Amino acid sequence: MSETTLSVFKTYKLYVGGKFPRSESGRVYEVSDSKGQWLANAPLGTRKDTRDAVQAARAAVKGWAGTTAYNRGQVLYRVAEMLQGRREQFAAEVALAEGIGNKKAAALVDAAIDRWVWYAGWTDKVAQIAGSSNPVAGPFFNLSTPEPSGVIGVVAPQSGTGFSFLGLVSVIAPAIAAGNTVVVAAAADAPLPALSLGEVLATSDLPGGVVNLISGKTADIAPTLASHQDVNGLDLAGAIAAEGPGAAVELEVLAADTLKRVIRPAADQASLDWTNAPGTERLLSFLETKTVWHPMGI
Amino acid sequence: MAKNKQAENKQAQNQQAEAPKGGLFTYAPAPESPAAAGEIATSYGHFIGGEFVDSSGSEALKTVNPATEQVLAEFAQGTDEDVERAVTAARKAFTDWSALPGSERAKYLFRIARIIQERSRELAVLESIDNGKPIRETRDVDLPLVAAHFFYYAGWADKLDFAGYGANPKPLGVAGQVIPWNFPLLMLAWKIAPALATGNTVVLKPAETTPLTALRFAEICRQAGLPKGVVNIVTGDGRTGAALTAHPDVNKVAFTGSTPVGRSIARQLAGSRKKLSLELGGKAANIVFDDAPIDQAVEGIVNGIFFNQGHVCCAGSRLLVQESIQDELLDALKRRMGTLRVGDPLDKNTDIGAINSAAQLARITELSAAGEAEGAERWAPECELPGAGYWFRPTLFTGVSQAHRIAREEIFGPVLSVLTFRTPTEAVEKANNTPYGLSAGIWTEKGSRILWMANQLKAGVVWANTFNKFDPTSPFGGYKESGYGREGGRHGLEAYLDV
Repeated sequence: MSETTLSVFKTYKLYVGGKFPRSESGRVYEVSDSKGQWLANAPLGTRKDTRDAVQAARAAVKGWAGTTAYNRGQVLYRVAEMLQGRREQFAAEVALAEGIGNKKAAALVDAAIDRWVWYAGWTDKVAQIAGSSNPVAGPFFNLSTPEPSGVIGVVAPQSGTGFSFLGLVSVIAPAIAAGNTVVVAAAADAPLPALSLGEVLATSDLPGGVVNLISGKTADIAPTLASHQDVNGLDLAGAIAAEGPGAAVELEVLAADTLKRVIRPAADQASLDWTNAPGTERLLSFLETKTVWHPMGI
Repeated sequence: MAKNKQAENKQAQNQQAEAPKGGLFTYAPAPESPAAAGEIATSYGHFIGGEFVDSSGSEALKTVNPATEQVLAEFAQGTDEDVERAVTAARKAFTDWSALPGSERAKYLFRIARIIQERSRELAVLESIDNGKPIRETRDVDLPLVAAHFFYYAGWADKLDFAGYGANPKPLGVAGQVIPWNFPLLMLAWKIAPALATGNTVVLKPAETTPLTALRFAEICRQAGLPKGVVNIVTGDGRTGAALTAHPDVNKVAFTGSTPVGRSIARQLAGSRKKLSLELGGKAANIVFDDAPIDQAVEGIVNGIFFNQGHVCCAGSRLLVQESIQDELLDALKRRMGTLRVGDPLDKNTDIGAINSAAQLARITELSAAGEAEGAERWAPECELPGAGYWFRPTLFTGVSQAHRIAREEIFGPVLSVLTFRTPTEAVEKANNTPYGLSAGIWTEKGSRILWMANQLKAGVVWANTFNKFDPTSPFGGYKESGYGREGGRHGLEAYLDV
């Protein structure tokens, strides 16, 4: 009986400001699996969608950066709980995106959940490893503390082992654990795990606008992020190596105009293995150190 | 005895009474001897591979004493070939220098620190002559801090495993460093000390208006027995700097200077694997609340904007004063500004020295004129300026609005723009309304308000009830377009380590 039941397709949508808009362009593009089989139509996010997302991300900065580190950790952990419940769905999407078996894909999703939990635990520790009390030569109280940079543009990984979901988590989680908000250009050819992540985030206490996910052409979305006045940092994890719009060099040149903090892409992205331990680079890259002085005396 | 003392007191009172009403004491001149600067050669080449060498080119620049406009010396305009030689020397030295045990590198840095202390009077006078800043500041601020930076980072050289960047962090290689003219020796120390402590070798280009103390520092490197090629100094203008930062064998670029140049370097380095740190411009808000102790705040405002002729990237150039105390504060500030002594940098009584160059004076003049043209009210105390040299009176603009150029652009001179606010929230909004984010000041007696304000301000350094304080243990650097990276403290090591 059940074999005759027609499956319900999912209409994938962007995730912006906690809502699920279709692209303002009204257009979609075809997403295929690694063998070229049609999987779904993803929204073709535009420059305008990207600017809207930056606005949403900016609006969310105050609340997210201003919440207690303990609370941010709770929210991030809640995301991991929700991911756990959707493990099979993500495994299926990763298997199709990366052309690997279900078992292997499930292992990558498990690694992604573990990584999310790892970063959830960082929220209330990062200030302790990145801050300092400075013994200046004078009667002053002098303390350095890290603060989030603000809005971070992220070009999601587009290749390498586990790029479609574990890689995605590895670039989003550290930025938001540190108190930033992000606008993500999803992997152009494999955006479905990213768009599904939006559904998880929407149901997990994460304030709207903290994470914004845009699918579409990297050449439209990434340069908009790189040149935007209101974006403070840029993670070029998945930037295209070649010349032209969306390529790493061009994006870094655009970012120079507003002196954005930039994480450059790995020299050889294709051979990246996102299962490797991440270290603290991404956690610390989008932080500013603020030093406060005050005289001491009676 | 007591009777004599009483008589003396009476005499002193009489003398006071005889002083002109409302007038000032006239100080006897207290000049420092220019001879203390040691011998200044008529022309200088570069310092490459431990030797003073001639430039491969024939173009020479002149450095003048900005207080007299007299030429102090000629120095070389570094060519691409000079930069090539220097980078090659630094590369060659890197192998041994980076392999040296940290404890040995530390001892070289300690030696340098000690020699700087020994020769600090000479260096202070030379700095004052070349830069135009008052001897009081070079003697009491610049030189002690320069020595302190070498001392501080010397101690890190053998403790890098504990700096929080993992075990056995590695140096990057050759560091290309370009520094400005406002604190020639201090910026040199900020750049060279952490670079050497972490095992890098350096090629440093001092500013074209202030090369002399960097070249004198090269002598100190020789006295300290620093291995050849570990520190190289190539002089010249922006062309030399661009050749250095673009050099393919430079692994790390560190720049302090203007935001436009910082931007162009960031563009230039795009797509390369060079690590970059930038200390750029600022437009700091110095925020004074109605409960601030007025006299202390006035001292802080003066120190914030008139220290080093306002040639300070973190200068408190926007005074945000709570509306209710505006008149009282401005009266006190004007009174205090009237006592500032502008003139001979080598006079120990001088508060404000010469503007560093004719070009800088022109820029300050232009922006101040724009302030008047846009409707702000200009005020400066009466004071006599020397005939020769580049001078600018300490200047105050009131009635400044957020849109005025003098409220948005970095002036880099002794010019203060005054804006007002009513609530702490408005103060934060105005303070943060700038693409810069280097520093900020808060003046209030209320502790909880200080902490709240410090939290809200987008600035790398927040001085509360003080201003323009620096220390080698204390990280310094900006948010937003004031650049990236931090200098000083444990954080300052990161820029020179492969992490």
